[in-house]
Amino acid sequence: MTVLVLVEHEAGAVKDVTLSTVTAAAKIGAVHALVAGEGDEASKAADAAARIAGVEKVLLASDAAYAKMLPENVAPLITGLMDGYDAFVASATSNGKNIAPRVAAKLDVMQISDILSVEGEKTFTRPIYAGNAIATVESSDAKLVITVRGTAFDKAEAEGGSAAIENASAEGDSGLSSFVGLEASESERPDLTSAKIVVSGGRALKDAETFEQVITPLADKLGAAVGASRAAVDAGYISNDYQVGQTGKIVAPELYIAVGISGAIQHLAGMKDSKVIVAINKDEDAPIFQIADIGLVADLFEAVPELTGKL
Amino acid sequence: MKILVPVKRVIDYNVKPRVKPDGSGVDIANVKMSMNPFDEIAVEEAVRLKEAGKADEVIAVSIGAPKSKDVLRTALAMGADRAILIQTEAEVEPLAVAKILKAVAAEENPQLIILGKQAIDDDSNQTGQMLAALIDRPQGTFASKVEIDGDHVTVTREVDDGLETVKLALPAIVTADLRLNEPRYASLPNIMKAKKKPMDEKTPEDYGVDITARLKTLKVAEPPVRQAGEKVGSVDELVAKLKALGVNA
Ligand SMILES: Cc1cc2nc3c(=O)[nH]c(=O)nc-3n(C[C@H](O)[C@H](O)[C@H](O)COP(=O)(O)OP(=O)(O)OC[C@H]3O[C@@H](n4cnc5c(N)ncnc54)[C@H](O)[C@@H]3O)c2cc1C
Ligand SMILES: Nc1ncnc2c1ncn2[C@@H]1O[C@H](COP(=O)(O)O)[C@@H](O)[C@H]1O
Repeated sequence: MTVLVLVEHEAGAVKDVTLSTVTAAAKIGAVHALVAGEGDEASKAADAAARIAGVEKVLLASDAAYAKMLPENVAPLITGLMDGYDAFVASATSNGKNIAPRVAAKLDVMQISDILSVEGEKTFTRPIYAGNAIATVESSDAKLVITVRGTAFDKAEAEGGSAAIENASAEGDSGLSSFVGLEASESERPDLTSAKIVVSGGRALKDAETFEQVITPLADKLGAAVGASRAAVDAGYISNDYQVGQTGKIVAPELYIAVGISGAIQHLAGMKDSKVIVAINKDEDAPIFQIADIGLVADLFEAVPELTGKL
Repeated sequence: MKILVPVKRVIDYNVKPRVKPDGSGVDIANVKMSMNPFDEIAVEEAVRLKEAGKADEVIAVSIGAPKSKDVLRTALAMGADRAILIQTEAEVEPLAVAKILKAVAAEENPQLIILGKQAIDDDSNQTGQMLAALIDRPQGTFASKVEIDGDHVTVTREVDDGLETVKLALPAIVTADLRLNEPRYASLPNIMKAKKKPMDEKTPEDYGVDITARLKTLKVAEPPVRQAGEKVGSVDELVAKLKALGVNA
């Protein structure tokens, strides 16, 4: 089997999630990596992808049409390459989720989303019902289209490989869509999905200012990323890309500290694979305590500043 | 302009799903079922576009068991004009759903199709994108804002690094994320009125779509259970525990 992996990159660097996806893909077959993008950044990303241990070949598709990864342009590129591959594998990121199903539909393949493990040549496990059940599924399609949950696989070594880079011919612009803008939230903090420690706040944090005053100093002290529940995001305490959960980001840090979060199943779906979970909540019956390793029943407005001070 | 809104009947989001003891699936007998929460948001958006004079007809469509009529009635009570039930007892995978929706779209010619971004039972997050590919149209997935102007729709998307805005040529596909809007509750008079709105009944065969499953579910299991740990009595104890774990700041 030969597998085509879609590389996620930014400013010429390969994102960590791709390293996990390469590990998953290598369990299926020989890995070729596709870098789609534009100009210098794409070439740099291709060089970086060529150094990932386990990558046997890199395909570089460089074209203005791929600069923003518009699925209307990128999916036809991939579909065009799939004659030579048995499987297409992307990360289950907003980008991978956007592109992979378009590829699957064109190949007349039923995609397997968000895999947690590779059980056999065509057999995989994946979460359903917000992770309340794990399904083992076997594909009967001629080719595989898969997205990978990054937290479920170790990262491949970023250095050590020396794959050849080949140019892939570009398919150009479909003319169906155009990129208008990206409002990125700026943060100097560790990336939420790859941080070792995450401090998350919920509805109890009252407003944006309070969230910042209570959660940020603790996160700073711990060198942690900041996360949030949907209730906190909806109430405008913090922007959407901090949401952890079924429909937000999936995290599995060494330590997850949930502050003023009740523990709805949709939130747990995004963090229950964390190694150690700490919960601070004033309601001793809050469901979060059923999965927390260490629970503190307390008013967060007293406990969190005290904790920040004492660490 | 017509808007098509596919809605799925799923286990209510407040219910904790239970895996069947024989590992064959999740038990949905005698469990509360509702419209997929993202699809409610999709219906709401379509109805608002109609109320704003941007659309003149909203059609809700569901593929599933006869009971899916309930969620179609909900969509009608929220303000959809008519409904289509494509009835089957089989579990229909996103690829087959997309193929059926392609056939419905060919009959109805909607300018906009708004789906939910994911069904909370299979958590696939595929159908909208697959449909867009099958009909060779652009997609605005995970939408938190939708603005129609002339022959384009501008969609703001919730992506991993923030909010991305794209401009799509109509007809287009949009998939709704949580913050697109807050769906209304259907009022009692509107629920009564919905009973008189038209509901067509079809089958996948009517559209010539083969719904044979491509994925075989070998097993459904409970995820590893996480045991509750211990409660500490004070911040000092918490600090001690964290230090014991090697957390030092
Ligand atoms: C389709 C769908 C998808 C969803 N996806 C997600 C998702 O991805 N992520 C997500 O998080 N949610 C998601 N949700 C929402 C989820 O169901 C919950 O509504 C949400 O997680 C609740 O957030 P919360 O815990 O911050 O708020 P609440 O449930 O209101 O909990 C607040 C907690 O704070 C505690 N508290 C209050 N004051 C204090 C104080 N002074 N000190 C200490 N504790 C205090 C309370 O005891 C309570 O437990 C989704 C819902 C749906 C329907
Ligand atoms: N059986 C179905 N009937 C109608 N719409 C569906 C069905 N299955 C999926 N959809 C639509 O596709 C969206 C995404 O579903 P999924 O790809 O299964 O996560 C849902 O939110 C619905 O809008």
